[in-house]
Amino acid sequence: MPSTKMAPAPFSLPASPLINMATATSGTTSVRFAHAPPPFRAVCALPLTKMAPRPPHRRHFVGAEFPSPQLPGSKMALASVLRAELAEFSPNFPKNFPKNFPKNFPEDFPDDSEGIPEILRDPPGPPRVLAAPPWGFEAEPEGPGLQILHGTTTLAFKTPHGVTVAVDSRATAGSYIASQSVRKVLPIGGRMLGTMAGGAADCAFWQRLVARQCRVQELRNKEPVSVAAASKLLANLVYQYKGLGLSLGTMLCGWDKRGPGLYYVDSEGQRVAGAAFAVGSGSSYAYGVLDRGLAAAARSEEAACELARRAIAQAAHRDAYSGGCVRVMHVGPEGWREVSHHDIAELQEKYLE
Amino acid sequence: MLSAAGCGLSRPEAGYGLEAPVQHHRFSPYTFNGGTVLAIAGEDFCIVASDTRLSEGYSIHSRDSPKCYKLTERTVIGCTGFHGDCLTLTKIIEARLKMYKHSNNKTMTTGAIAAMLSTILYSRRFFPYYVYNIIGGLDEEGKGAVYSFDPVGSYERDNFKAGGSASAMLQPLLDNQIGFKNMQNVEHVPLTLEKALQLVKDVFISAAERDVYTGDALKICIVTKDGIKEQTIQLRKD
Repeated sequence: MPSTKMAPAPFSLPASPLINMATATSGTTSVRFAHAPPPFRAVCALPLTKMAPRPPHRRHFVGAEFPSPQLPGSKMALASVLRAELAEFSPNFPKNFPKNFPKNFPEDFPDDSEGIPEILRDPPGPPRVLAAPPWGFEAEPEGPGLQILHGTTTLAFKTPHGVTVAVDSRATAGSYIASQSVRKVLPIGGRMLGTMAGGAADCAFWQRLVARQCRVQELRNKEPVSVAAASKLLANLVYQYKGLGLSLGTMLCGWDKRGPGLYYVDSEGQRVAGAAFAVGSGSSYAYGVLDRGLAAAARSEEAACELARRAIAQAAHRDAYSGGCVRVMHVGPEGWREVSHHDIAELQEKYLE
Repeated sequence: MLSAAGCGLSRPEAGYGLEAPVQHHRFSPYTFNGGTVLAIAGEDFCIVASDTRLSEGYSIHSRDSPKCYKLTERTVIGCTGFHGDCLTLTKIIEARLKMYKHSNNKTMTTGAIAAMLSTILYSRRFFPYYVYNIIGGLDEEGKGAVYSFDPVGSYERDNFKAGGSASAMLQPLLDNQIGFKNMQNVEHVPLTLEKALQLVKDVFISAAERDVYTGDALKICIVTKDGIKEQTIQLRKD
């Protein structure tokens, strides 16, 4: 797990800057919902500004049908990759394909690496690269001083009364504190909350998309969507963009027919259920306070909220990228509500005495 | 889709460290054109101000390139960063505003423009518009509203915000004078239009003293229920 700090209607046009941008957001936009960005590799016609250094020549297997962002609920990203034909792109590609395409792929595949110096050849054996991209893209976009908002501490834990959620409110762009009043908890329907850690725009955009999807599902099934289903939707959506530099570490907290539900989902593709999580650059500090008091917090809702508040205050005290104010929310059987909202400066006077 | 990785053997000497030392100049699609934008929301007004200097590196391209763009009768946007992306982005926003007007037979509200801009910016998540936006205007109730954005679309409603090259100098001053932060025993008086205008002028004069990319002139757009009024004040031209 990276140190997480704080689809779409697919584009038919590549988002090349050479194309008039007005057409890319044409009239169909009013019918479709928010455009999710296309996967980077499908589009860039410009020479790339900066990429991680490419590995030396290796057999680069690309799914002939690259997992393009599809409407959620249709195909799972992993399944579509496994079904795709694998084609090799090599210097001899146009000559070998498709006449000599071997039946027993990959053992029979012609080894055309004679012209390549030893040091640069692939080791023998089946290809190691399946669907993951051979290079990554930095999370921060390249540009003189281009910085997007990051840094946070958020936490949530289950109690018999529901799920208690607490977040700080600082957003940083590099070392500049861009805002001390960010709302890092996003409601998903009336019964679920999603927290925000990592890239602010990523979290806000994808959770809004999931909230729309959950609402549609609720209308179709006449039943509130479960936390497991919502978290799975989110996890599958962001998995399609794995490796492209999204930064998202979110907890989905809600109350459904199975009781309190808490899932951690991140942009690496992790989705895990649990009883307590702390996410963000200040999470280690929050865990220290949280784990100590979890047993006692189950006593009552006030005790749980007080513990959550202390944990965030401690993280804000020690982590430079967390601060602002603490917002404590609670999700119970009747829905979510905001419990309290304190400035951390006041809380620190109280707790550090 | 052919990937370039499979045919990357044009320079085998690269793998052995045998090439001559050469400066690799890569083309960057971005450049920084400077400029500062500020927006303040009041009870029934909103001020959006920007300087008018357009620079690149050590040169000044223009002394008369304001960064406030009027969108509707109630909304103004300030964009700084890379001027090319500012122009394209404002073109797209204006086109989308017209489309909305034709489909829905009403003007977009300030909050709706902000939400739409967020999705426009995020649609370019992997090749962002290098623009720092601040939208200022009146909301549906007639109160001042300021929305500030990051380059990929994260946004938030504020009472005041500074963006651009001198933002780190202006924002703390505004936090103190308008937000009364870090002050004790101070009466929180609501902000009047005259006080806000005076503050904007003072603050930009200070920014022009200490930031090379800010200066030349200050353009102020005042949004009230009677429409948008503009003022221009001269700043240091050095």
